[in-house]
Amino acid sequence: MSDSSIYINGLGNVSPQKTFENNNFLGDPISCESNRLKCIEPVYKDFIPAEMIRRMGRIIKMGVAASKLCLSDAGSSPEAGNMRKIIPDAIITGTGLGCLEDTEKFLTSMIKNDEEFLTPTSFIQSTHNTVAGQIALLLGCHGYNFTYVHRGISFESALIDAITQMKMGELTNVLVGGSDELTANSFTITSRLGFWKQKPVETIHLLDDLQRGTIAGEGAAFFFLDNKKSNHTYARLSAVTTFLKPASVLKLSERLHEFLSAAGLNVSDIGLVILGLNGDPRTDRIYHHLAKKDLTGIPLAYFKHLCGEYHTASAFATWLAAMVLKKQSVPEAIKVQRLSGQEPAGVKKNQSAGLEHVLIYNHFRENNHAFILLSRPS
Amino acid sequence: MPKRVFITGIGIICAIGNNVNETLHSLLAEQSGIGEITLFKTVHKGVIPMAEVKLSTESLLEESGHGGNRSFTRTALLGMKAAREAMVSAGIHDVQQYKTGLVSATTVGGMERSEDFYASFLADPGKGRLINIVNHDCGDSTERIAVSLGISDFVTTISTACSSSVNALMLGANLIKTGQLDRVVVGGADSVTKFTLNGFNTLMILDKTGCHPFDENRAGLTLGEGAAFLVLESEDVVLKEQKKILAEVSGYGNANDAFHQTASSPDGAGAYLAMSKALKMSGLQPGEIDYINVHGTGTQNNDLSEGVAIERIFGDHVPPFSSTKGFTGHTLGAAGAVEAVISVLAIQNQVIFPNLGFTTPMKELQIQPINKLTNNVEIKNVLSNSFGFGGNNSTVILAGMGSDK
Repeated sequence: MSDSSIYINGLGNVSPQKTFENNNFLGDPISCESNRLKCIEPVYKDFIPAEMIRRMGRIIKMGVAASKLCLSDAGSSPEAGNMRKIIPDAIITGTGLGCLEDTEKFLTSMIKNDEEFLTPTSFIQSTHNTVAGQIALLLGCHGYNFTYVHRGISFESALIDAITQMKMGELTNVLVGGSDELTANSFTITSRLGFWKQKPVETIHLLDDLQRGTIAGEGAAFFFLDNKKSNHTYARLSAVTTFLKPASVLKLSERLHEFLSAAGLNVSDIGLVILGLNGDPRTDRIYHHLAKKDLTGIPLAYFKHLCGEYHTASAFATWLAAMVLKKQSVPEAIKVQRLSGQEPAGVKKNQSAGLEHVLIYNHFRENNHAFILLSRPS
Repeated sequence: MPKRVFITGIGIICAIGNNVNETLHSLLAEQSGIGEITLFKTVHKGVIPMAEVKLSTESLLEESGHGGNRSFTRTALLGMKAAREAMVSAGIHDVQQYKTGLVSATTVGGMERSEDFYASFLADPGKGRLINIVNHDCGDSTERIAVSLGISDFVTTISTACSSSVNALMLGANLIKTGQLDRVVVGGADSVTKFTLNGFNTLMILDKTGCHPFDENRAGLTLGEGAAFLVLESEDVVLKEQKKILAEVSGYGNANDAFHQTASSPDGAGAYLAMSKALKMSGLQPGEIDYINVHGTGTQNNDLSEGVAIERIFGDHVPPFSSTKGFTGHTLGAAGAVEAVISVLAIQNQVIFPNLGFTTPMKELQIQPINKLTNNVEIKNVLSNSFGFGGNNSTVILAGMGSDK
């Protein structure tokens, strides 16, 4: 456990933005009038054998493509043509709802056909660990293979498992990711539950919209964690914590300070805080409160206007944080200009020293809360 | 040195008992829990048997103290009952006294209610009672259990098909070993649903006569339901509180078969790796394992693959083994924890529970399971396997503390 740093050495992100090429960092972010964002999907035949593409559900394709992209990113080297094929020690994924499309397909045919004449494909693929299983199968990876399915902290649980075992020395590297898909039926059902804004909203103005609810999204983002720094390390994964609904906002502040002090940091060390603000006035209050009380003067960013709300949206935020630390710049599209009750953050006094730490704070429907801390590799 | 992890409490509800005592009683009486489907309407009733928990959802709800609250799913209620029993068994009165986590596992979550919702929804997207779908996700049952036990420090859910709850045990043990938590309640819960029944039926792996694990004429598995939880505590807590230890978690391993989404490889590569990893962590030689609680679902594919892997690990000295799925059915996401509890019972009572349904040895294997209740055997180390879709293979080794404890 001498140098127990964990580095993010590869990224793969399939999202509603043009993120899967890693070379364009939100240069021309897509804004649209909508309450439902869909992923821009890559050309799958570049990642998956053609005969498999046809059968796979969308989340499986997105997950496999993002993971392959991530591993080739990690294996690529600046010397042209020099590619290293990486088989990770472990594959750990998170998903809130898993393979919805296949689950719905099987459920629908079971009900419509009165339990007769069913075929197994959609049942087989409906299991929550299908993405992780398919990645292992395609890579021939016999290592540790886990899938976390806990609502808004599914991805964070995967990170915690990876960190735990890397620090124990059980694993030297891990492919970790989060994925969720949105289907037409689940959008209809969650609309009835009041999750989404009734009228479409121009996504760049998400935080100004006063309607209840947010905008739905989806995505698959993967990360290659390694105990060694490489020549294109993005960031260090410093710490992750999750907790169930805190009893009060005071308790939340306590959790934040505990989290930072365990990492040996003060709030003032944080160069950027990425918040899970989603435009729902009912639940954004918590972010406003924390920003006002505990994050005074720290530049703030948000991201759900780019990817929508979903259980593993924090994986998109982690991608964002890793890119920010690598590029040492914050794209205009994610900057929070002003929150109600908070003065706009000024230029930080040590700005010239660069961005050292990015904190992500996300909560899912006020119930699942998580802090993720990424740092600039030393 | 990583910290040691001990089991100090167990709880279970399954087809052969609503608690640990009833389950032990049925195991000793060689009483199977497999029978006719009664919990829901299905065309398979009377054709395909199942191992249902012998309590209605209404009774479970009433007993939980939430009578009348329709938002609790059967999966959550089963989990709450078993987890509560585990906490009581561990003598825990004050959850806040130590940093406590909950890691639960499930494969279908609230699917038994989603099925109802979906039938109405398909007829008209504006129809279907929302209370039947809002608790569909896997995290729901876990959070219900967490709230009922007062756990909030760390709560998560694992879903890796039929190996899920052994994996919950692994994460829990790692969190204790690294000092992140002092104790963790680990386990799993799954209720039977039309979805899983029909799903497994399309794969043509449901035995119409009830499962016959490791038998030459086996024709598939029998679905079961239930929940089981174990309380894991650190050595520090155990010493400080002078806790009675039920067993030590001495080794575990997870590996991927990477062969096929649902079928196991003919050489049992993943199973072999999982068992090897677990043995390596425990520091035990294969010869020191006294009993194997096999995954043994009763499908052609699983039992052959697992049997081959066991023969590869243990050579000519395969320890006594049995599948207890003839008692409980295959409880999917709960299976690993159900069988870990049964393994603890085997250690506590120095007994090997029989592999019900076995008569004829498999042609391809040299080995055959124990098919009679075997008393007065010395059982210190038990190895338990759980394998699942997605090539997910898990093994845990539990060690008894000897007669002095």
